[in-house]
Amino acid sequence: MRHKVLIILVSLVPFSNMAATASDSEITKSDKYSILLPTYNERENLPIIIWLIVKFLDSSGYDYEVIIIDDGSPDGTQDIAKQLQKLYGSNKIVLRHREKKLGLGTAYMHGIKHATGNFIIIMDADLSHHPKFIPKFIELQREHDYDVVSGTRYQDGGGVYGWDFKRKLISRGANFVTQLLLRPGASDLTGSFRLYKKDVLQKLIDSCVSKGYVFQMEMIIRARQLEYTIGEVPITFVDRVYGESKLGGSEIIQFAKALLYLFATT
Amino acid sequence: MKILSMSLHLIFEDMTKLLEWISVLSAFFAVWYSLIGGYVKHPLIEKNITLILVSPIIFVLLFGLYAVTVILYRVFTFNNCEEAAKELQEEIKEARRDLQEKGLRW
Repeated sequence: MRHKVLIILVSLVPFSNMAATASDSEITKSDKYSILLPTYNERENLPIIIWLIVKFLDSSGYDYEVIIIDDGSPDGTQDIAKQLQKLYGSNKIVLRHREKKLGLGTAYMHGIKHATGNFIIIMDADLSHHPKFIPKFIELQREHDYDVVSGTRYQDGGGVYGWDFKRKLISRGANFVTQLLLRPGASDLTGSFRLYKKDVLQKLIDSCVSKGYVFQMEMIIRARQLEYTIGEVPITFVDRVYGESKLGGSEIIQFAKALLYLFATT
Repeated sequence: MKILSMSLHLIFEDMTKLLEWISVLSAFFAVWYSLIGGYVKHPLIEKNITLILVSPIIFVLLFGLYAVTVILYRVFTFNNCEEAAKELQEEIKEARRDLQEKGLRW
């Protein structure tokens, strides 16, 4: 049996170009996008983000599913997630909850395990990432066959809402230093609105060591190190509508540590 | 020039960013040290010896100035997405209305 397969494969080699084009278009047809939504106390935001995802993805026609990974929120996020699943169907909304709060990286691993799509989109559930950009991510990925497409707040057409001078200064300053030291080939390193080929994301998570939000930065640096291609889409970032946004001293120290670690090791 | 950049690429390929910085900085340091240490003799060098002596400090200061200018420029031109925020508020209202009609309670 194995020999037969081999012979068929060998005989196909001269036509490999044709075969590749045919299979490429087939893959495109059957592309599926799994959106991972890690949540913790997002009862207020979850219905709205799901509603927006459904609105913008249904109209774009792409095949997708949303995987909600709730880390045991005490505020009833899981109840509302169940209601949403009933409303939109269990093929669209998949629930993969976990007992307690674990790291972001493990949340993605957990989500990937249950994802049926060949592409993974990760985003925050707090409404700072707008689902209207997802079709743009997909189009750009298809156009250039990128391994990763990252949303960026720092390029023309992108931006932020709800940041004061201090927040902007820290953000721009940190970005400047990072670009200088790491030359990552992507303009927004700490953003977490991205599209990945599933196997690429798997490999990136496996090669990352940091936890917390600097994990996002390491992912894009590892992507450069492993020579994956990265595309960028400008996004508008509307800071948390409900709930508190966090950027304190400990986040800055975490960031500096991660930066130096990556500077010395990659 | 192309050969130079290619060979630089080969040298740097497997280096960490830290090693890249160290190697470039030591190359500059070697040139600077050979100039101030009198290893290279030229009347031009002798005439400008103080300038050469303080040139690393000047360079650092200029770079600092450049960094501050660029960062401040980017802070002040950071796009405030007023439109996007307004649009989102509208969409939140619409979503709430629609979801309530569909019987969602939260």
